[in-house]
Amino acid sequence: MQLRVKLNLKTGSFIAISGESGSGKSTLLRILAGLEEATGEISVGDAQWQGKNFLLPPQKRDIGFVFQDYALFENMNVLENLLFVVKDKALAEELLELTHLSALKNRYPNTLSGGQKQRVALCRALMKRPKLLLLDEPLSALDPKIRTQLQGDILKLHKRFKTTTLMVSHDPSEIYRLAESVVLLDKGFVQEVTTPKKLFLKTQGSQKFALQGEIVEIISVDVIFIAVVAIGQQLVEVVLDRHEAKMFHAGDSVKVSTKAFAPTLTKLL
Amino acid sequence: MLDFEPFWLSFKLASIVTLILFFIAVPVAWWLSATRCRCKPFIEAVVSLPIVLPPSVLGFYILYALSYNAPLGAFFDEVFGIKLVFNFTGLVIASCFYSFPFMVQPLQGGFESLNKNMLEASYIAGKSKFQTLVRVALPNIKPALLSAIIITFAHTVGEFGVVLMVGGSIPGETKVASVAIYEMVEIMDYSQAHIYSGIMLVMSFVVLLGVYLFNARYKRTIGVGV
Repeated sequence: MQLRVKLNLKTGSFIAISGESGSGKSTLLRILAGLEEATGEISVGDAQWQGKNFLLPPQKRDIGFVFQDYALFENMNVLENLLFVVKDKALAEELLELTHLSALKNRYPNTLSGGQKQRVALCRALMKRPKLLLLDEPLSALDPKIRTQLQGDILKLHKRFKTTTLMVSHDPSEIYRLAESVVLLDKGFVQEVTTPKKLFLKTQGSQKFALQGEIVEIISVDVIFIAVVAIGQQLVEVVLDRHEAKMFHAGDSVKVSTKAFAPTLTKLL
Repeated sequence: MLDFEPFWLSFKLASIVTLILFFIAVPVAWWLSATRCRCKPFIEAVVSLPIVLPPSVLGFYILYALSYNAPLGAFFDEVFGIKLVFNFTGLVIASCFYSFPFMVQPLQGGFESLNKNMLEASYIAGKSKFQTLVRVALPNIKPALLSAIIITFAHTVGEFGVVLMVGGSIPGETKVASVAIYEMVEIMDYSQAHIYSGIMLVMSFVVLLGVYLFNARYKRTIGVGV
């Protein structure tokens, strides 16, 4: 597959990268980190990381990287994981304080929960005071409650250190909460660069809310039809008339919106 | 009176060989675990040859290469005045060839089982490949490391064919335990052969038991995966 991307990122901004799996999101981050080879140019501030016949190794790039599977050094405790990067005890203590990990600083990774591990990984990634922080689906392995907490931590750290951040994510609420802009990748190409608001808040006209969902089943009850629609983890029932019932099928992607009181369905392509 | 010299010789040989091979095998295994080179299967096959080759074949080639008739043996003899066959030095060299795969394979397996992201995190943290090897990779493959060391040691103690070919049976020089047992059986001194063999059996078992006990405990403390 071809990956062809041209982007300008504002210093200090928080950008989300979204797109279907296989669209090249992770590969893009890995290229920025120097973990994957590619042709083209990468410049950060005054420094050039990649150019013609020139490739700066990951060791020399000012980056922090957070992996989906934490990738902590199992043989080191929490504090050692941070100090391994840079021997800056004051910064390490501050980061642990900010993420409420101070009490766990002598624990080893295998005794921590997923959320705790990812907070450690986040702190570790900031130890170099990087120019660019790369987050590769950092929260997708965590359950929703922990995810919300960690979004708060990411936001807090972003405000404190003002690190230019690129985050791969699938979660609209996460992107909405954290990112100023979203890069939508499709099959290796930038499809759209927009704001989370424009991308996800798609109510039109007098619609009061609009949610995306998928029809699970259409049930016929006496003279009417009921469509069962899955919106995330939630199932809702929407009443359809005979004509509408013929238009929709189980498995269709739909938008559920309401104007006055009755929700109506619109087919999404 | 029981003569312990063959045992002492076996352990001296195995210790030296294990130490030498550790420093050779770690970089080789580290390279093999990470390389995308097309020559990898070729190198792996060469490294593993001593496992499948009859020890006598290996011993014959080594004997030939190290003898005064071959360029290598002649070179060492003329330049350094060192003879490489039928002495302890020859045994060490031959055993290094023979035991090499037993050191490389567990290490390579250990390195390959490591989380690649963990190693990449170390590179991103600014650490070189060497620093990553010493401070991240090796400490995280302790069971594989122990297996490699113990199996290499045990195999060197237990080798027979190569040792006999290259070293012969010079008491105090090349007559290691396995060769001594062979000679006892040959002269039908079964009681001595029983004692020697019994000692080898018990020691081998105790060592292996120790390895497996350590690995079981390590896995319990570290949780899943190594």
